[in-house]
Amino acid sequence: MLNQIASEVKATMGIYEAQEDQVYGVLAEFPHPGALLHAAEAVREAGYRHFDTHSPFPIHGMDKAMGLGNSIVGWITLGGGIAGLALATTLQWWIGEVAYPINISGKPFFAIEPSIPVMFELTVLLAGLSTVAGMFALNGLPRPYNPLFYSTNFLRVTDDAFFLHIAASDKMFKLSNTEKLLKDLGGKNIETIRDKGVED
Amino acid sequence: MDKTLAHTADFHDEAPLVTGNLSFHDITEIVSSHTEKKTPLAWFGAFGLALSGLMLMITMIAYLVWNGTGVWGLNNPVGWGYAIVNFVFWVGIGHAGTLISAILFLFRQQWRTAINRSAEAMTIFAVICALVFPGIHVGRIWVAYWMFPIPNQMAMWPQFKSPLLWDVFAVSTYFTISAAFWYVGLVPDLATLRDRATGFRRKVMGVLAMGWTGANRHWRNYEKAYLLLAALATPLVLSVHSVVSFDFAVSVVPGWHTTIFPPYFVAGAIFSGFAMVVTLMVVARKVYGVENIITIDHLEKMNIVILLTGSMVGFAYITEFFIAWYSGVQYEQYAFTNRMFGPYAWAYWTMMSCNLFFPQFFWIKKLRRNITFMFVISIFVNIGMWFERFVITVTSLHRDYLPSSWDYYSPTFVDVLTFVGTFGLFFTFFLLFLRFLPIVAISEVKGVLPEANPHFYDHEGDGHAAEHTVSVSSADGNSAH
Repeated sequence: MLNQIASEVKATMGIYEAQEDQVYGVLAEFPHPGALLHAAEAVREAGYRHFDTHSPFPIHGMDKAMGLGNSIVGWITLGGGIAGLALATTLQWWIGEVAYPINISGKPFFAIEPSIPVMFELTVLLAGLSTVAGMFALNGLPRPYNPLFYSTNFLRVTDDAFFLHIAASDKMFKLSNTEKLLKDLGGKNIETIRDKGVED
Repeated sequence: MDKTLAHTADFHDEAPLVTGNLSFHDITEIVSSHTEKKTPLAWFGAFGLALSGLMLMITMIAYLVWNGTGVWGLNNPVGWGYAIVNFVFWVGIGHAGTLISAILFLFRQQWRTAINRSAEAMTIFAVICALVFPGIHVGRIWVAYWMFPIPNQMAMWPQFKSPLLWDVFAVSTYFTISAAFWYVGLVPDLATLRDRATGFRRKVMGVLAMGWTGANRHWRNYEKAYLLLAALATPLVLSVHSVVSFDFAVSVVPGWHTTIFPPYFVAGAIFSGFAMVVTLMVVARKVYGVENIITIDHLEKMNIVILLTGSMVGFAYITEFFIAWYSGVQYEQYAFTNRMFGPYAWAYWTMMSCNLFFPQFFWIKKLRRNITFMFVISIFVNIGMWFERFVITVTSLHRDYLPSSWDYYSPTFVDVLTFVGTFGLFFTFFLLFLRFLPIVAISEVKGVLPEANPHFYDHEGDGHAAEHTVSVSSADGNSAH
């Protein structure tokens, strides 16, 4: 049960489990972003869920085509922001009122007004850092080992190539059927990705 | 083809963001090849020069620490001199990068993709230069940690009612967020470099790229995070120079105690930052052959921003005078008359001509598209903005309330050489950046090509996002991008 939840969470990050015969998934190349968008739509309509598209830049409308909802990074940002605000308020109150009270021209030891700049800065600081950390965490990065790296063709994904990868962990996955689906959709250079677990 | 479609086509044809009909692969090639080729001899020459500047700065700081702040030109009424002038100068320059990467991003100004990487790098290095000065101006630099709320054996804590402490928080937050923003933007491009490399270089780039595969599940979170960072950095960039201006405005010194300072400082920061971007980019795009990516249209747009912010700054100078006269406060009025006609009139008029007068030439389209001319103007603006901070700091202080304590401030060789040395520090970092990292945001530039729009290929690839029946996403209006 717990393992299953863990593997589903990992799947949202694009980390899939290989089958016993080391098969990790099927990779197909598409000629341009438009073709990739249509292929992603068709793969989803065919019932697949553990699949992902890979492109050198984000493609408009792909989230919708793949059936992905809104990213939850925003909630992590909100949490970080609230923590930053709380930290700044507590810090300034505690230093001004408790730890080191100094009377400067009869001004209050702690007041909201002169505390606002630091409250703002720490809110932004923690919100920003948690955004970055949250984004990497939700993406399952850093991930130095990825079976997709075994594919030489896949090196072009950060240059000018567009790929669709269907993972073997998907319930619908069946090597021959999946390969045929990708071929019918116009995929080129279709290859089976194996999780060899070794450095190449 | 109906009217609406014709209109859309015209809008897209207006000004291509990338010229020369480059493909995705061409962009990868143009940008990455510079990080992969053998280091050119000229780079070593430039780097050596920058490094000697850095050495000069370190020597001057060592001399300062050994002898104390007496080696600077500070005197009794002028307790703030080059250190704060240089600090504000560099922080100001450091505003353009985040402005370009955050504010222009929120306003969907896609031309920013050509320059945002290098402008952000410039920001980070300029802020490093700025941070040198608060660190060393305390004289006893071994107690610089007193600026931070760190528990210590004296049970002593910083005073949060002081704008100087707000400044510590503002600038260090700004540096941290800018660096994080920059790195996030770099990750996809580092993956590009990784996939082109072999051997040891591939391992280094692999670690830095964190295993990026361009997966859409990742892009989804990435784009959201980028948007949020932009939304956070926008008020941040405006706050930083506002807080810097509080250092002055919260005091009761005539010439400093003005409510106009925060917006006026922010406009000045954007002004000087854009000028520095133009100075650097005019040279870099030529040397690195990226003229098709950083096009003349992009430079023209930056010159328009320079014209706009320069006029805002000029307007603020004049408003200050008006308010000084209108207030009826004798000290305030004297401070401003003294600025214009007193012993520092030469600095004042340098500032006025460089910041208000010279940028006005950019009203002429021909001149703002002229590379040599914009380079010269950008240098003038850099000089003018340094003098602005000098005028604000020194002229307000050197003649205070009591004429018997009036004095004239001149920098010593230590002041001047430390400042010269910070350029060495800046260019050391900047040259390393030019040598080892992609100087243009590869994935972002690809993303603004018309070919990147999936609907470019509908309707048999004539570039008109016309057919609204084929795909799901065009139904929600995403195609108008």
